[in-house]
Amino acid sequence: MATIRKKHTGAVIVGFGWTGAIMAIELANAGLDVVALERGDNRDTIPDFAYPQITDEVKYSARQALLQNLAKTTITIRHTKGDVALPYRQFGTFKPGEGVGGAGTHWSGVQSRVSPDELRLYSRVKERYGEKFIPADMNLQDWGVTYDELEPHFDRFEYVCGTSGKAGNIKGTPVEGGNPFEGYRSREYPVPPLADHPTGRLFAAAAKSLGYKPFPLPAGNASAAYQNEYGCQLGPCNFCGFCSDYGCLNYSKASPQTTIIPALLRKPNFELRVNSHVTRVNLDSTGKRAIGVTYIDAEGNEVEQPADMVILAAFHLHNIRLMLSSRIGTPFNVDTNEGVIGRNLCYQYINSVNMFWDRDVYINQFIGTGGGGQAIEEFNADNFDHGPLGFIGGGVIWGRQTGNGPVRGVPLPAGTPKWGTEWKQAVVDNFLHTGRIESQSSSLANRAYYADLDPTYKDAYGTPLLRLTFDWNDNDLRSATFLGSKVMEIGRAMNPRSMSGRVFKPGMHWDTRPYQSTHVCGGTSMGADPKTSAVNKYLQSWDVSNVFVLGANTFAHGIGYNPTGLVGGLAYWAASNIRSQYLKNPGPMVQA
Amino acid sequence: MKTPEQNSRRSFLKRTIAIAPIAAISSSATALLPTDEDRALSAPPPNQPAEENYQPGYFTPEEWAFVNAACDRLIPRDHVGPGAVELGAPQYIDRQMQTPYGDASRWYMEGPFVKAAPEFGYQSSLTPRQQYRLGIRAINAYCRTNFGGKTFAELPPEQQTQFLKQMEAGKVKDEFNLRTFFNGFLLKNVMEGYFCDPMHGGNMNMAAWKMIGYPGVRADYLEWVVESKPYPYGPVSMYGKRG
Repeated sequence: MATIRKKHTGAVIVGFGWTGAIMAIELANAGLDVVALERGDNRDTIPDFAYPQITDEVKYSARQALLQNLAKTTITIRHTKGDVALPYRQFGTFKPGEGVGGAGTHWSGVQSRVSPDELRLYSRVKERYGEKFIPADMNLQDWGVTYDELEPHFDRFEYVCGTSGKAGNIKGTPVEGGNPFEGYRSREYPVPPLADHPTGRLFAAAAKSLGYKPFPLPAGNASAAYQNEYGCQLGPCNFCGFCSDYGCLNYSKASPQTTIIPALLRKPNFELRVNSHVTRVNLDSTGKRAIGVTYIDAEGNEVEQPADMVILAAFHLHNIRLMLSSRIGTPFNVDTNEGVIGRNLCYQYINSVNMFWDRDVYINQFIGTGGGGQAIEEFNADNFDHGPLGFIGGGVIWGRQTGNGPVRGVPLPAGTPKWGTEWKQAVVDNFLHTGRIESQSSSLANRAYYADLDPTYKDAYGTPLLRLTFDWNDNDLRSATFLGSKVMEIGRAMNPRSMSGRVFKPGMHWDTRPYQSTHVCGGTSMGADPKTSAVNKYLQSWDVSNVFVLGANTFAHGIGYNPTGLVGGLAYWAASNIRSQYLKNPGPMVQA
Repeated sequence: MKTPEQNSRRSFLKRTIAIAPIAAISSSATALLPTDEDRALSAPPPNQPAEENYQPGYFTPEEWAFVNAACDRLIPRDHVGPGAVELGAPQYIDRQMQTPYGDASRWYMEGPFVKAAPEFGYQSSLTPRQQYRLGIRAINAYCRTNFGGKTFAELPPEQQTQFLKQMEAGKVKDEFNLRTFFNGFLLKNVMEGYFCDPMHGGNMNMAAWKMIGYPGVRADYLEWVVESKPYPYGPVSMYGKRG
């Protein structure tokens, strides 16, 4: 096949979701010629998310039209290194996106930062509990970057997104009504918290009665009209109930489309090419310098895009796969615990409990918004004493009401038949009177779990699929079980007729069928030591210094919070340092 | 006058199977959208199953009889609310078979296909269309062998219900994985057809939405989010109809 060769560009960006859009506008504003390559098609509020078509539950929830086309590329999964991995053929446990905006179009909107402790969790645990407290199989490490360094970039991302929330700590001063455990912020949120739905109100009252300090969960769903630094405008969220799995019909949910792309597309030095699936980063003969990327276009042509720098901004899984296929960095070896690409593959643990009230308590679960609601953080990160508990990590507990219609599934009390008259009666009795509370907790790196290339299965372009070797581990299961007991405690205080759901127990294995969370992370960790991290604190490859790698794959472990706020903040941090340091003096920004 | 229950769905099903596919003859006319007047004229009389005027595009007559009978057992018309057949769930499933979903066009369908523990998800090479074709064939073969030569649709309702329960629990011993067919396809698709927007062919007149108090695609609740009481308006469908 003849290869088409494109004109040389300053930066080529692989993937055009949140991180790709952030890096594209920042580098274009710095004067670079930028080309972004997106494997999926173009998508915008109009026409793709227009009302009423976007509210089609069959198309977007049952058939998952905005998610990755698994027929073209997927991953394989196994629990241990001795198993044969099997392809992830249909969506279940996580939902990677595809197309312009990526997962940033169909996300819910929960937009947190990171607990400052978690960026230096190894040091923190060592200081507070002693090094012996760390399980032998845990690859616990610091991230090589501090909260102080990142804070201005979290702030920037929130002010781009028009995030709704209430500060709990402004420059070290506690603020009533916000999250008392949060890392400090330099100013108040761009817009106030979203209105509280019934689930949030019941959750907050119950949490308070138990002595916890509930706060409004920050949301990338705007509570008021807002205009950001790029001139992009958001309208107030109307609680339509179509967030997760859907593009926003109302210009309310922060996404690359609503907050960055309109400004970016006007720039003459920026070019977006959709239906362009990057198969590899091309290196020069030394293997130490990238010379561009190769992609397959919509017609199946192989195209080469030469560039001075390559930004990997695809979804987590695809970024790791590209590093491995392109031979950038040393692949992780599970037997020796050496090597960095694929190391520290992590995820997240969700306890999810449905609460059923009598028919006089109206929750109206069809009303909702992706972020927002009320949460507590007494059991996140190192906000509580782990000494007597014997595990590391923790998470948040929340009462969210994300909007639900009946095609998406009507939760019913445990033991209800799945069909027939009794089932129908239960649907009628419960649909308007059901809410859900959840915990979301950390997934710490375990040396048994990693990503590499599958020896058998290939994608539609003939490239080996990424293989995940992952299962729940003892430390995290104990943490999740602990969080589960707290969820049940709050649930009981909310006084439902009954409650049932998915709560972790020790010894459980990862079931890839039910949706868990799309917060898969780690695999190309950031860090201060090239022996245990794939990229340095600026998200620059230790091995190929003109390759930068963005996304949740750079997390050193899975955190308690949702990842988008951290992913966006890290992208602005990397972009800022590329502009202030790298462009003036290209080369390694940290000496290995 | 017959009660709805007496107005036997089974005899109705036998009737539809015998009807020649009239729609196929007038294919040139199908491109023209019907007017409201046409719709009013062609609307089925009350208490009649929605699919009376529908000819399946994918299912054979024997398969169609199965789909209708199974829908009728899974969500029967009863004192709680309407049944799946009268709301058009069979029609919905037949139409879905003719979308890219029917061919599993967005699932990873490359081999080798290996039998695995259930927690690794769907590992079959069969598309939804094949699941229905081979699944119904296996069910009717099993029924003919074990129930005196009758197909599933020809069994008495109580026996159909028992058979579906056995299938759901994985207790029907057959080479074909009937449990996967039941839980992964049949039950899922019947529920979709019962609750979908009417534009997909099911949930006729938004009856399932009215039954549970779902306002459909109104998608605008800023004033009501702070309330904890019944939402005051009926449903709206994708085509802007009010229920």
